[in-house]
Amino acid sequence: MIKITKEIVEEHGINSEEYDFILKSLRREPTITELGIFSAMWSEHCSYKSSKYWLSQLPTKNEFVIQGPGENAGVIDIGDGYAAVFKMESHNHPSFIEPYQGAATGVGGILRDVFTMGARPVALLNSIRFGETSHEKTKHLLTGVVSGIGGYGNCMGIPTVGGEVEFNSSYNDNILVNAMCVGIAKKNKIFYSKASGIGNSVVYVGSKTGRDGIHGATMASAEFDENSEEKRPTVQVGDPFSEKLLLEACMELMKMDVIVAIQDMGAAGLTSSAVEMAGKGNLGIELDLDKVPCREEKMSAYEIMLSESQERMLMILEPDKENIAKEIFEKWELDFSVIGKLTDTNRLIINHQKETKADIILDILEKGAPSYKRPYEINIFDDEDIKEDILINESPISILKKMISSPNLCSRKWVWEQYDHMVMTDTVLLPGGDSAIIRVHGTNKGLSVTSDSTPRYCASDPYEGGKQAVAEAWRNLISVGSLPIAITDCMNFGNPEKKEIMGQFAGVIKGMIEACNTLNFPVVSGNVSLYNETNGKGINPTPVIGGVGVVENLDIFSDQNLKRKDDFILIIGKTTGHLTQSIYANELLNYKNGLPPKVNLEEELKNGLALKELINKRFIDTSHDISDGGLLIALTEMSMKNLIGFNINIEKDNLNSYLFGEDQARYAVAVEKHKIEDVRLLLNKKNVFFEEIGQTCKNKIIINNKKINILELKEIYESWFNNYLSKAS
Amino acid sequence: MKASIIVFPGSNCDRDIAVSIKKLTDIEPIMVWHKETSIPDSDLIVIPGGFTFGDYLRCGSIAANSPIMNDVIKKATDGLPTLGICNGFQILTESGLLPGTLIKNDCLSFLCKTVSIKVENNETNFSKKYKQNEVINIPIAHNEGNFFANEDTLKKIKDSNQITFKYCNQNGEVNNETNPNGSIENIAGITNEQGNVLGMMPHPERATCEITKLTDGENLFKSISEFLL
Repeated sequence: MIKITKEIVEEHGINSEEYDFILKSLRREPTITELGIFSAMWSEHCSYKSSKYWLSQLPTKNEFVIQGPGENAGVIDIGDGYAAVFKMESHNHPSFIEPYQGAATGVGGILRDVFTMGARPVALLNSIRFGETSHEKTKHLLTGVVSGIGGYGNCMGIPTVGGEVEFNSSYNDNILVNAMCVGIAKKNKIFYSKASGIGNSVVYVGSKTGRDGIHGATMASAEFDENSEEKRPTVQVGDPFSEKLLLEACMELMKMDVIVAIQDMGAAGLTSSAVEMAGKGNLGIELDLDKVPCREEKMSAYEIMLSESQERMLMILEPDKENIAKEIFEKWELDFSVIGKLTDTNRLIINHQKETKADIILDILEKGAPSYKRPYEINIFDDEDIKEDILINESPISILKKMISSPNLCSRKWVWEQYDHMVMTDTVLLPGGDSAIIRVHGTNKGLSVTSDSTPRYCASDPYEGGKQAVAEAWRNLISVGSLPIAITDCMNFGNPEKKEIMGQFAGVIKGMIEACNTLNFPVVSGNVSLYNETNGKGINPTPVIGGVGVVENLDIFSDQNLKRKDDFILIIGKTTGHLTQSIYANELLNYKNGLPPKVNLEEELKNGLALKELINKRFIDTSHDISDGGLLIALTEMSMKNLIGFNINIEKDNLNSYLFGEDQARYAVAVEKHKIEDVRLLLNKKNVFFEEIGQTCKNKIIINNKKINILELKEIYESWFNNYLSKAS
Repeated sequence: MKASIIVFPGSNCDRDIAVSIKKLTDIEPIMVWHKETSIPDSDLIVIPGGFTFGDYLRCGSIAANSPIMNDVIKKATDGLPTLGICNGFQILTESGLLPGTLIKNDCLSFLCKTVSIKVENNETNFSKKYKQNEVINIPIAHNEGNFFANEDTLKKIKDSNQITFKYCNQNGEVNNETNPNGSIENIAGITNEQGNVLGMMPHPERATCEITKLTDGENLFKSISEFLL
């Protein structure tokens, strides 16, 4: 027997108060296996102990929501008997230690969360953030993460259709890798994780259990220091081939009426799936670890319970239906083993080698889990404006050239061409636009999907930043003409024990609540990643929002590419030229003070719904959300694909503020000549502010009579990644 | 008429190709599991794309040794039309039904994009509906699509007019700049000497739908259909 010392308790990330509670509840000292189970279940990653208080305030319902937070993934009704199932999750810490495997298993984990609910995954997205480009590790991490994401999704045959990439020094020693998966299921064939039926079998399927990833959940809940490299063995290794088999086997089994409940073994492996499934059903669970398929010898109960080996699932089956399932898993050459049964005791009992290694009342683990309302302080930057003398008197075209060839605004093609974004042949709108559109297979309906965040806004003003992240995701779905339905969130923050970090979290959540309510855009699933710090320095607060919308009729949608010459260019929404916290101010002028643009949610709603109506009525087929970089960047992005540019005349004193400011609730659209009257009429009727600033033309971009050839811009726009990576560090 | 689509563990374009066949021809696609030992009565064999056996060991090498492959080799050698796409092309070279081999892309990374390819031979049963030298746009998605053959093999391939498709640009120019993966002589697809077996890296099944604005793959399926009728 291992003696439980104070040091061992500390190593497990359990504080003295929590340990006292364990002693009191068990009325004895825990075994090492029990301590490991408490450590995993009460880690920030599994218990949400610092964030629960705030997360529970988020709106989670609207007329489309079938299942909100609390399951493996959220579920929404998309009509015609179908449901979309989706979630986003972080894999930040593992990806910093081992970028390829960390990112790959992040994708693997989120795929399982979706197909465990009976949905076939149809799209992957990701949101990845790295340190500044001059940082010594950035190239290595970027190439590793991108090939890891591709390696897993490509092999699975699920298209990766969207995402975002950002470089910022706040991620120098703590990159972010957030992966999102969207699946489609029959509405009446959703599978849940709540166990039921005393005496039913607990069945282990998938790959074998090894020593990889032990304590991953605990690691993901701690700060990094210079010894983090030593944590490499806690990073799991992915095998997308096994996951593909697991997917097909599960899909085959789910066609029959056999599964009572199912959950993937993700963070904290067998421990969390067993505890959560039995806990949700108010039952007990008894496991015999000698029956767990292991790939290494002499694994202890502690190791088996805490292993985070990938590509595994836990199912509850009625004993007389075991054989049906067994046959299917054997066909796919996967392990299948009955490892325990459900009981009525409300206890988790772990037997191994003829000994009981753990015996814990489930309520203690679940309902007894700590929940903290940590002290917080919401700080916002001072409201300073850019002084005249910093504003350089540079021509718009010269600024434009610098901006579109900069790491945060250049083309992401180098990234998404490494992802198979066309497999399944349902990708209607490819990566590179506001949202991707995926056809619901066999129908003429589509899902629009996007992922967004603007961390520099959140750092300056968490409340406005939280609103903005939700509003931008909503705008991206609107600008392809779809109806935004719901979101998943991935909340990446620093150490919540610091009140200013907790203040960032609280502020962002408050902003999100308001935006979700006004836009009828609830949160149906999500994930929290805290302690994203290295040596005491936190990342920019990064709430990543994954949005899903519905395109009712795939004959009618809009994309961002200018299509014809002589179209009218309209800017929907008011441009005041808000410069502070814009990319132009932060990255070109190196002016990082001041507040982000305010988000007027009523304005967002009004402008967005008007644009959606214009698209749905076929008055507009070309539209683009104006966000990072401002109006001129948006228009330039619209010109690249078809080499159709624009000729605009702007008579403003503060021309550069107008062109590069980042005011919210705006869209750039192109309107054919014969439709312009209808568009004006509708916008005026809805009381939507818009400006007509010019016309489209071939091959050139012309701003107040100054011209540049689009090909010249395209060359520098598309070459940044290759140039960066081909340079020796 | 029936097409046998061989499904290996890790195949992931099996559904896609079945959808295209059903949509564009009167051929009924049937899925054949790799552990079967004989192909059911069929007019066409298709080996779809994917990552059979996780691409472990070498792309296509494990699948090439699956039980079903004995019968695939026998029937293809006897002249049954056989089409291998992407990983299917790799399996066909690994099993010896097609010459040459497919190695890692010269950019050393996975590449997914729509490319232009030129129809070098429109006399095969797979390309009859295209014009000779027609330039078509078809997506690629592979990590190991860099076709290689030694000098003797390449000479034989050329002498017997086995090159069906070459990578090019919109204007049909075939050169290094229009070669996405380093394939020797920009080769994107070849047949066997008899012309009844075609392997190609680009995915024609991904270019059969108006809504994705890619339809140049349709004529490949129509060619097969016309030939079989």
